Amino acid sequence: MSLVQQSIAAHRFGLGEPSLAGIGDPVRWLQAQLAAPPPPWAPPPKPVHGEQDAEETRRRRYRDWLRDEAEARWIHQIDSAAPFAERLVILWCNHFTVSALRGPVAPLVGAFERDAIRPHACGRFGDMLQAATLHPAMLRYLDNVQSVGPDSPAGNRGKRGLNENLARELLELHALGVDGGYSQDDVRALAAVLTGWTVDADSGETRFDARRHQPGAKHILGRRYAEDGEGEIHAVLRDLAATPACARHVADRLARHFVADEPPPALVRALSRRYLDSGGDLAEVCRALLAHPQAWDAGFPKLKLPEELGLSAYRLLGLRQRVFEGVGAGAQAMGQRVGAAPSPAGWPDRAEDWLGTDAMWKRIEWAARLAGRVPAVDARSLAESSLAERLGPASRAEIARADSPRQALTLFLAAPEFQRR
Amino acid sequence: MPISRRHFLHALGAAAALPVARLGLAAPASGKADGERLVFVLLRGGLDGLAAVPAPGDPDYAGQRGSLANQGGEPLALDGFFALHPRLTGLHGLWQAKQLAVVHAVATPYRERSHFDAQQVLESGGVQPHVLTTGWLGRALQASGRQGLALATIPPLALRGAGAVETWSPSRAPEPDPALLERLGRMYEQDAQLGPALSRAVEQRGDGGMAGEAAARGDFLRLATRAGEFLAAERGPRVAMLEMTGWDSHAGQAAPKGALLRALGQLDDGLIALQAALGPAWARTTVVVVSEFGRTVRENGTRGTDHGTAGAAFVLGGRVAGGKVLGDWPGLASASLHQDRDLRATTDLRALLAAAAGPALGLGRRQLAETVFPGSQGLKPVEGVLA
Repeated sequence: MSLVQQSIAAHRFGLGEPSLAGIGDPVRWLQAQLAAPPPPWAPPPKPVHGEQDAEETRRRRYRDWLRDEAEARWIHQIDSAAPFAERLVILWCNHFTVSALRGPVAPLVGAFERDAIRPHACGRFGDMLQAATLHPAMLRYLDNVQSVGPDSPAGNRGKRGLNENLARELLELHALGVDGGYSQDDVRALAAVLTGWTVDADSGETRFDARRHQPGAKHILGRRYAEDGEGEIHAVLRDLAATPACARHVADRLARHFVADEPPPALVRALSRRYLDSGGDLAEVCRALLAHPQAWDAGFPKLKLPEELGLSAYRLLGLRQRVFEGVGAGAQAMGQRVGAAPSPAGWPDRAEDWLGTDAMWKRIEWAARLAGRVPAVDARSLAESSLAERLGPASRAEIARADSPRQALTLFLAAPEFQRR
Repeated sequence: MPISRRHFLHALGAAAALPVARLGLAAPASGKADGERLVFVLLRGGLDGLAAVPAPGDPDYAGQRGSLANQGGEPLALDGFFALHPRLTGLHGLWQAKQLAVVHAVATPYRERSHFDAQQVLESGGVQPHVLTTGWLGRALQASGRQGLALATIPPLALRGAGAVETWSPSRAPEPDPALLERLGRMYEQDAQLGPALSRAVEQRGDGGMAGEAAARGDFLRLATRAGEFLAAERGPRVAMLEMTGWDSHAGQAAPKGALLRALGQLDDGLIALQAALGPAWARTTVVVVSEFGRTVRENGTRGTDHGTAGAAFVLGGRVAGGKVLGDWPGLASASLHQDRDLRATTDLRALLAAAAGPALGLGRRQLAETVFPGSQGLKPVEGVLA
């Protein structure tokens, strides 16, 4: 297999490799990473407060814990032997966005990744849809904890009612896509199905409160769901995940993320077909992606998202120190605070939507700053060993002519061949 | 002057397990409050020695330099033969006060033209690149038991080998320097997204990228000022290293707004700020300013100069026997040039560093020749540098 294909495998599908030596057959290298769920990572112990602790102390301890948790995940990803699977985790976390911008969600963002996304990233999409929808982070983030069936015992004869937030985003963002063929009535009905799913105030776990559940049969996308309490949502999500619209939505997401901002329709069709044929098996869909010639386009069609950019730099440089600063603060400066997207839509996967003037500038500043923190790295040989012939003549020349090791590394980190994949 | 401890950052890696910096809290091993100070300034990128210190007295100077001889003003006369670039007014004042010595036609033993390798040789104090893995100044500090400070986020190679080296850098992110942006501009030329985004970003920051100038200028000025403040403190470090980039003047180097003029201005302002910040301690200070190599004597096809061999170095401070240009002048006649293109080296840079650092660190000939610059036993430190 050619170095070029190994380099594409490492950078486009993984988080970059300092050397391509260990890759071997690039398709097999990537496929092997889909064989098992990406391994879990251990979060730092939850902060324990003493009774006498001042509010200020508690807040600081809590902030430090959030930071340590984010770092633990990033270090796990930087060290991962399955970087393709980690990229899938990042992708699906963005797809099923829960955001720390809603205060009560902040301490759950890491757990959401571990419990709802990671176990299913190489499994069935329908299982991930179930786990994500019913995770405490999602129930809180999209207000389902407040939603009550108006005709339920807790509805108090219509004084309390539905919150459609989760139902709408589930159809529009998570399962079907905005053109997925659902109506407002479908949203209402799904919201009714979701009533009762809430978060237990004591344990913090998801709980089904039958007293809040809207009674009666519901009709969604032309299908009738008989009254079944907590069983309803499982049936609905299973059916949603099996629709052609969902297949297309998932296929588009993967192709847009890995291949092009505007993915080739033929590729999306191929992935979509595999999705339906395999019963929504994401590993199978990924294999179809890897088998498609357009996935191996010789160019650099995609700009790395800020989190990926930071992780791939740390991975290439073998850095483990100040990960929060380099990856987290870096991504935030570039306009994408990880785990804190501004809306349930998450970060756009089209460069034109987010590569503004300041983001460009911040990328360069980030590269310069990171390069200044790295002890003696020969950017020339790193560029060579990780990108091989994919390093173009302009970047090769500028890196070689740099006036200092730091400038050379800055140029490498800022080079189109590293900024893109 | 209050020193904020949070500004001290340790090196990554090796230093990660060390406690937060002790700078300003622990007395240096020398223990002398009035001790000697040494500042090592490394100009990365290859300073054009003939731009900084022209030789109008050389009969071949005007002919060889061509348009580069026009520096946009009268050179500042030194001894009738050499002069200083018109922008180096601060250094000229020090010359007149006999606190600046110039060493011309100086180079490391390295004779190739790679920035990386040349800097590796200079910083390691070796003869061949990548043979020594610690720095000359780091080993000198180790031998003298003194404490060093790098005005950088991580200690440069020159300081490695001294155990824990303190570092300081401003908390604000420095603006990318204009030279970097130029290179990026070339790298992004063919990129339909990054290219336009960069142009817009540069434009937005005003003055076609020159917005970085004020910041870059502020950076060396600020670093030099801080270095002076730290060194002046009674219980502060006694040795500091400063770095500056922006010397790789391949194109338009004599342009009125060119990168070289800008860099010379920053250097001059920074060194004067260092003097001011040192206050009375300036009297016991030696500052050495060097670069990894000089540049071609003649201009290239883009009104700049390419990587060369020998260049100029400065030694300044209250300890310096200034007002003179040291070293043998090889001449600018074509036959005298190294490979018919570069100023020929007549002084080994290690001999200059040894002459400046030996007395400042209390190191004898033997230590200098065996530990600091291993294998330089046959090399005599440059004479007449210090008073």
